[in-house]
Amino acid sequence: MRCRICGAPAVINMRQHKLSLCAEHYPPWLIRQTARAIHKYRMFTAEERVLVAVSGGKDSLTLWDVLLKLGYQVDGMYIDLGIDGGFGYSAQSKAKASAFEAAHPGTRLLVVDIVATYGESVLDVAARVQKELRPCAICGLIKRHEMNRMALEGGYSVLATGHNLDDEAASLFGNVLHWQVGYLRRQGPVLPADAEGFARKVKPFCRLYERETAAYALLEGIDYIYEECPFATGATSIQHKETLTQMEHKTPGTKMHFYVNFLRAREEGLLSNVEDDPPALRSCERCGQPTTSERLCRFCRLWARA
Amino acid sequence: MQVTYRDKVWTFDETLTVSQLLRRIKVLPESVLVIRNGTLVTEDQQLSSGDEIRIVAVISGG
Repeated sequence: MRCRICGAPAVINMRQHKLSLCAEHYPPWLIRQTARAIHKYRMFTAEERVLVAVSGGKDSLTLWDVLLKLGYQVDGMYIDLGIDGGFGYSAQSKAKASAFEAAHPGTRLLVVDIVATYGESVLDVAARVQKELRPCAICGLIKRHEMNRMALEGGYSVLATGHNLDDEAASLFGNVLHWQVGYLRRQGPVLPADAEGFARKVKPFCRLYERETAAYALLEGIDYIYEECPFATGATSIQHKETLTQMEHKTPGTKMHFYVNFLRAREEGLLSNVEDDPPALRSCERCGQPTTSERLCRFCRLWARA
Repeated sequence: MQVTYRDKVWTFDETLTVSQLLRRIKVLPESVLVIRNGTLVTEDQQLSSGDEIRIVAVISGG
């Protein structure tokens, strides 16, 4: 296969776009696609400061890199969850994020160490407060709280995550399977800061396949952690991704159509007859973040039980 | 050629295209990237007996 632009040997063939590109022309293509998504969904402007949630994986480090190349005011934040998994998962992923920061003067990495800050690792908290073996729900709760806190405390108006099209399509698939209408109403490239105490959350890679962000990382020499979180094995989200990837193999573009047509249908009124009566929010007595609870938010209740 | 994917290693003596290799080891091309001797390659590329092939999984959890 040859690059459609210059005829050089292609390094990636994107069947869903009927497009092959070479090592020289592929990275600029991905950067342009990201810029288009930021503009199309009105994610943020050049005047706003953006905080990228960085895990040390390909998507978040690639997002950080692309936003820097697009000239945005962007910093990274890493949450050290204290997960070892037999191979130092958190230590390795943090090292990747730190190495990226060191190689890119002018941007900085904010680090939250959960154990040092709150006295327990995510796994310890999960073992204490829940019976399930998998700590993912607690981990997600902690990450969402800390990402929002760091964005607000640092004066960032926008929190960007590396969620890609595969993530979004898998999430949509799960929400449809269980008809989670509330989640379907909120799922999208932008989650507005519609209440005081919330940062706006955006997903600039929502229209890029996971394979495309990985190719960019490899071509641009971004050193990311290949290993998965040890608790991701067997996760429902991965099962949904595998199912959708099989469909994509048979019919290129399936994931893109599934997600983009959902966004369009919702924009045109799908779900418009679903009542949207958001619960009243108060400020958590301890951390001040919005909560539907009377006194403490779910995050603070985790530690209050200690 | 020697092929590594996750924690598995295969050795193939015959000449294969990337597509044929992926079918042989039952991996969907949409779920991986293939690197031959350090260079990313597309599915139609012919692989030779002396090549070092690294297959990188791109589907992650979370």
